Amino acid sequence: MTTTHVAQFSVPFTRHLESDGTAVGALPPFAGNPVDLVPLYRGMVLARIFDAKAVALQRTGRLGTFASSLGQEAVGVGAASAMAADDVLVPSFRDQAAQLWRGVTPVELLLYWGGDERGSDFAGPREDFPISVPVASHVPHAAGIALALKLRQQARGVLCIVGDGATSKGDFYEALNLAGVWRLPLVVLVNNNQWAISVPRSAQSAAATLAQKAIAAGIPGEQVDGNDVIAVRERVALALERARSGGGASLIEALTYRLADHTTADDARRYRDDAEVSTHWHGEPVARLRAYLVSRKAWSRDDEERALADAAAEIDRAAETYLATPPQPVWAMFDHLFAALPAALASQRAQAIAGGTGDA
Amino acid sequence: MPDATLVEAINFALARAMQDDQRVLILGEDVGKDGGVFRATDGLLARFGPARVLDTPLAEVAIAGVCVGLAAQGFRPVAEIQFMGFAYATIDQLLNHAARLRSRTRGRLTCPMVLRTPCGAGIHAPEHHSESGEACFTNIPGLRVVIPSSPQRGYGLLLAAIRDPDPVVFLEPTRLYRATREPIMDDGTALPLDRCFTLREGNDVTLVGWGGVTREMLSAAERLAAEGTEAEVIDVATLVPLDAETILASVAKTGRCVICHEAPLTGGFGAEIAAQLAGPGLLSMLAPVERVTGYDTIVPLSRLERHYLPSADRILAAVRRTLSHG
Ligand SMILES: Cc1ncc(C[n+]2csc(CCOP(=O)(O)OP(=O)(O)O)c2C)c(N)n1
Ligand SMILES: [Mg+2]
Repeated sequence: MTTTHVAQFSVPFTRHLESDGTAVGALPPFAGNPVDLVPLYRGMVLARIFDAKAVALQRTGRLGTFASSLGQEAVGVGAASAMAADDVLVPSFRDQAAQLWRGVTPVELLLYWGGDERGSDFAGPREDFPISVPVASHVPHAAGIALALKLRQQARGVLCIVGDGATSKGDFYEALNLAGVWRLPLVVLVNNNQWAISVPRSAQSAAATLAQKAIAAGIPGEQVDGNDVIAVRERVALALERARSGGGASLIEALTYRLADHTTADDARRYRDDAEVSTHWHGEPVARLRAYLVSRKAWSRDDEERALADAAAEIDRAAETYLATPPQPVWAMFDHLFAALPAALASQRAQAIAGGTGDA
Repeated sequence: MPDATLVEAINFALARAMQDDQRVLILGEDVGKDGGVFRATDGLLARFGPARVLDTPLAEVAIAGVCVGLAAQGFRPVAEIQFMGFAYATIDQLLNHAARLRSRTRGRLTCPMVLRTPCGAGIHAPEHHSESGEACFTNIPGLRVVIPSSPQRGYGLLLAAIRDPDPVVFLEPTRLYRATREPIMDDGTALPLDRCFTLREGNDVTLVGWGGVTREMLSAAERLAAEGTEAEVIDVATLVPLDAETILASVAKTGRCVICHEAPLTGGFGAEIAAQLAGPGLLSMLAPVERVTGYDTIVPLSRLERHYLPSADRILAAVRRTLSHG
């Protein structure tokens, strides 16, 4: 008998900023001048303030169930800032940080979470997909979009964001596998925030890393510090460049932590200790980049105050617009169902307009 | 007799079934420590331990498929799918495997599993959390489909579903979960899985429906009573197998029928009942059958949701139309 090792794999991990904001080694070129990082910082602050507002609106009965991205802002901002405008984002339900960066407006996001479908009709990134609530079911869509771009020989890439829980689903594996064999211009980014509602990462998969799920699909897989916006941006940018230039698909696992409840409908104290959450406030992405910027004299207390005030003002204005937006007319539920309303549905539409009590 | 809501009654039934029968297992997403997102499995992990209450990875197809294997091995798995919008993925397992294992093996292997899932609109839930997809399951031969509309019926029907030797899809209307509280008998008594429940008797018109909309049927019946019209209200809590007999007997008495469900009209399970009325029931009918249902649209997000849901007003209008015939 002979036994040889026919294949060996490793999973790299990248971090540029330590949890206290200290830079490790040379930063990537886009981060060479700390001032150039300020937009990333502002993007994360905007997402955080948006989240806080959305939660407050929900708590006062003015928004539906909402999933905060508290603590994971670097995943969204880092990834979205690595995208070209004509790349396509295929997001999950916790990706408002990425969506805001891509030009989805806070008003649109609030409309959606407030129960108004118009919130998914983005004026900005017209090809970006609406968020996917059914976990992982959008990864195959992202592969399909990537196939379309490839068939048209366009140098564009697709970024799909999923959670750690999503990596347990068949549709995730199926899409990854297909993207591997077809060398699709796809980057799947896992926001590993350590929890899928009450199920911790350790109960989600026996795999040492989620990034290694790439290996079975024959594509590169790597980990990145998901609380380090510089590292996220760098690694996603490299993967997208590879995708656009014919190098195929990649999987990136961003290690971060869900500092908030799963959603406003959840009470995380039922299943995890406050102490665990407290330890993860250390190293959270906003404070981490701020510490770096301050250490490089690129950010002052005044800058901070102004940035917070600007973001708060923008989000407050958005909330006012949202709250002042009248609901759609009843017939909206019919009028977007098909390109043209089938004659067979006309009587139902009329009935709905009549309060449902007219003749069908 | 404890007072219980529907979701608490479900919890009592699960606990009772687990206590009575070591083969009963609970599995699903967040069913353990969290007690399920609606708390239907609250306390069961603490009481019965992690070998009998299993938090699964996030994978609906695996949850349903694992139940098939467990059931074939003699366990009585009760799976929870978090919302009906995520139960559609299990249809492959239910249709191709669970519902036909007995028949394929001519009874050598069987599949006594229960797949529970919340359903329906009316709680301002996010997208994909308000579906009424019962008709997707009622067209699967070999599968029972049950949908309770009160705490006691939830309790008794769930116990029956768990004890049944064949697969059951058990749908729980979310807007009824905490809508009412009633004293329930937690004595292990199951209810039949093939009988409609007559919630109110009357001679003038028959209202037939199930799930969330039974509330609107009852409130319509009350308003009709105030006008001197007595409606018989029938809860078809067990859609498959359908107890057509009870419905036909009622219509033989009233001659008029309004079928109500929250799911879309076309291809809805109400069409099956209408077909019964057009067949064996035809000669009792004094007026055309009316259906009051969700529209053939996607359930709107919360801002328009109430315009989609069948209301008592819509039911009343339909009743008046049937009464206007001779
Ligand atoms: C297919 C499917 N099953 C169940 C749910 C209910 N659900 C919503 S979020 C969630 C957990 C998701 O965890 P993860 O993928 O880690 O993403 P996170 O919420 O942590 O961002 C579950 C079970 C769903 N939306 N879709
Ligand atoms: Mg997660």
